[in-house]
Amino acid sequence: MTEQTETKHEWPLWEVFYQPKDGKPFEHAGSVHAPDAEMALQNARDTYARRSEGIAFWVVPSDQIVASAPEDAGPFFDPANDKPYRHPQFYSVPRAVKKRK
Amino acid sequence: MSTFDTIPSTKKDALVEMLLRLADDRLILGHRLSEWAGHGPELEEDLALANAALDMIGHASSLYGYAAELEGKADEDHYAYFRDDIDFKNIAMMEPPRGDFAYTIARLFLFSVYSYLLYRELTEHVDDEQFRGMLNKHFKEIQYHFRHSREWVLRLGDGTEESHRRMQDAFDELWMYTGEMFEMDGAADAAVQHNLFTDVSSLKKEWLKLVGETLDEATITMPGDEQYMYSGARSGQHTEHLGRLLAEMQFLRRSYPDAEWK
Repeated sequence: MTEQTETKHEWPLWEVFYQPKDGKPFEHAGSVHAPDAEMALQNARDTYARRSEGIAFWVVPSDQIVASAPEDAGPFFDPANDKPYRHPQFYSVPRAVKKRK
Repeated sequence: MSTFDTIPSTKKDALVEMLLRLADDRLILGHRLSEWAGHGPELEEDLALANAALDMIGHASSLYGYAAELEGKADEDHYAYFRDDIDFKNIAMMEPPRGDFAYTIARLFLFSVYSYLLYRELTEHVDDEQFRGMLNKHFKEIQYHFRHSREWVLRLGDGTEESHRRMQDAFDELWMYTGEMFEMDGAADAAVQHNLFTDVSSLKKEWLKLVGETLDEATITMPGDEQYMYSGARSGQHTEHLGRLLAEMQFLRRSYPDAEWK
């Protein structure tokens, strides 16, 4: 038992994406552990493809995904409502365009 | 068809016999695989083995269901729970305890290659619509078992010193059970005559080729054929392991025949 614990390394984590239908964007399904890409696909199949979720898989090593940090949420995502010049609502719209709406 | 090996005289008898042979292989192996639930080396592999077990038991269930319909039995449970070991028609390879992970993978691999070749033939040639429909449905899952177990044979065989040794040991131990997959007998001949089965002895050459290629890539030495080969399980001469397996699998149903899920 001790010998096993010493030599045991956890498999890398992979993010799994599936395509629900042809032409649809891939959606995140979850993650799996796997020693390599082929086994990650196998594990994705066993973990996320048993209830006809989709037609294709992507697996990506989790550490290859570059993510924004939670503390970046402000600068990245806050709407710029206090900067009206970013919104084009001051342009006068020609009457013909309004009519066609 | 019952306890002793007799040759089926009608097309229906031949069909029932083949349904039970296919189903018994899958039920017993499925049971052995199910023993891994909660013991898999990783959560993901635990799921994979449980899925394979469910696939096998599912295949058995539909094959038994059809046999029950043909024979006028109440349902598929008759075959799974109320037959003694001498009536089971599975090959002996399914019977030994689950062993280590390498043994489990080697057994699944050897059987999946065989099932792949067998189903490829049967789905082409079986002259019974309902039977062929089942085979087609199961074939997809068999291809997956083949692929999954093959990937593991490659990784364990060509892995660490210990995984290589365990994989080699597993194939060496299992080899004597592989002969039964390719045996023909009177019942199988009768089924072939009714276009319900294929001459399994003709599958051996390609099976050896497919297994050999994978073992070669996995740096495993393929065991030789010039050794003792187990025989007779299909006609009731089982190993000591089957009785124990059935005792565990059947006890609840036999002790409480009317038990129901509430």
